[in-house]
Amino acid sequence: MIEADILIIGAGPTGLFTVFEAGLLKLKCHLIDALPQPGGQCSEIYPKKPIYDIPGFPEVLAGDLTKNLLEQIKQFEPGFTLGERAETIEKQDDDSFIVTTNKGTKHHAPIVAIAGGLGSFEPRKPLLENIDIYEGKGVEYIIKEPEFYRDKRVVISGGGDSALDWAIFLSNIASDVTLIHRRNEFRGALDSVEKVQELKLLGKINIITPAEVTKLHGADKIEAISIIKNSEEIYIETDHFIPLFGLSPKLGPIGKWGLDIEKNAIKVDTFDYQTNIPGIFAIGDVNSYPGKLKLILCGFHEATLMCQSAFKIINPGKKYVLKYTTVSGINGFDGTRKEAPKAVVKAIN
Amino acid sequence: MIDITIKITNREGVQHEVTAPTDMAMNLMEVVRSYELAEEGTIGVCGGMAMCASCQCYIKSEHQLIEINDDEQAMLSEAFYVKKNSRLGCQIPITEQLHGLEIELAPES
Repeated sequence: MIEADILIIGAGPTGLFTVFEAGLLKLKCHLIDALPQPGGQCSEIYPKKPIYDIPGFPEVLAGDLTKNLLEQIKQFEPGFTLGERAETIEKQDDDSFIVTTNKGTKHHAPIVAIAGGLGSFEPRKPLLENIDIYEGKGVEYIIKEPEFYRDKRVVISGGGDSALDWAIFLSNIASDVTLIHRRNEFRGALDSVEKVQELKLLGKINIITPAEVTKLHGADKIEAISIIKNSEEIYIETDHFIPLFGLSPKLGPIGKWGLDIEKNAIKVDTFDYQTNIPGIFAIGDVNSYPGKLKLILCGFHEATLMCQSAFKIINPGKKYVLKYTTVSGINGFDGTRKEAPKAVVKAIN
Repeated sequence: MIDITIKITNREGVQHEVTAPTDMAMNLMEVVRSYELAEEGTIGVCGGMAMCASCQCYIKSEHQLIEINDDEQAMLSEAFYVKKNSRLGCQIPITEQLHGLEIELAPES
């Protein structure tokens, strides 16, 4: 069982900054995120895009903001459970919570802060008849273990970075890699596009464009697919079909935790962003209240206020006043200390 | 003219006639959101970067729209329910030329 003072669901900018504000109050945090890396949308969707409305940063790339936040919080030694989705929550007799992920990892904390953005990112499934029955039987939306595809025939569908990157990677593992895309142009990093071009010329990747997968075939598992290219149907035998059409955020299991929901978001009290369940807070894009703005800077503010209430719940009756980091410095959980340099007091003769 | 009129058919098939300002640097996706014609969290998910296709719509009138760019074209090529008249609302700025525009929101995907 992983223990923390605050269990943060969502490792986007708001979740990461919560670690800092909690750390100032000597509260230890652990983050859970369905994505394999921290940063949320900033690292998954637009790491190379500039953000212009982070106070003090005239311009910062979303990926760099994530890096900076990780640097800012490292002294508070947050724990991470990445690549797992928070699935269930159980309230304990002492009003603490146990949150279990889809992989069965259990986490225990007196406070839960949901900073899930627009939800957990789930693969967008193509609109193909009977695709559900082949899931796990040759149809995979996420590649978890590349070795699984060794010496197998693989068809990848999609035209973005992940389709290109996995086609490149699997070309060294699978016996046969076919990449299918609706148009001739691919959208990805230049070196990925060039690499796929090179592998095509070497005969290691078979590219079929412009084409679209229209049917799946197989008795107990995928055995073949049909595609349409230039109005002609082509039958391709394969062991795996991997559609990579990006990710779409869904509120998912959190929507069934008994929290008040409005507009696909969690209703909170603006005093401290607590939900209708005491001890569970919702901060950042995932919450809803009159006048709500889905901005990173608003998430930072909400995280800061939320931590003050979390402290009072965890330490009832304990006195505390807000301190300024410039005055008090920062004591890291890792033994480090940051503080402003002292002025010199010395007579000048 | 400051405001223009646009007819928007939502995902339930109900048509709404709305007015949209041309002086607020808005795009079509933002107009839909401002009138709450699609459930929050199901449109403009990426914020308007042509990176999610949640604002896909079908253009039902003959208006001359801003030309489709590479990013929009690439995103539409990965989207679902795409038709010949599909566009991403986030890539269409609100201008006086769009007065009387008629659109229909594509299904959520």
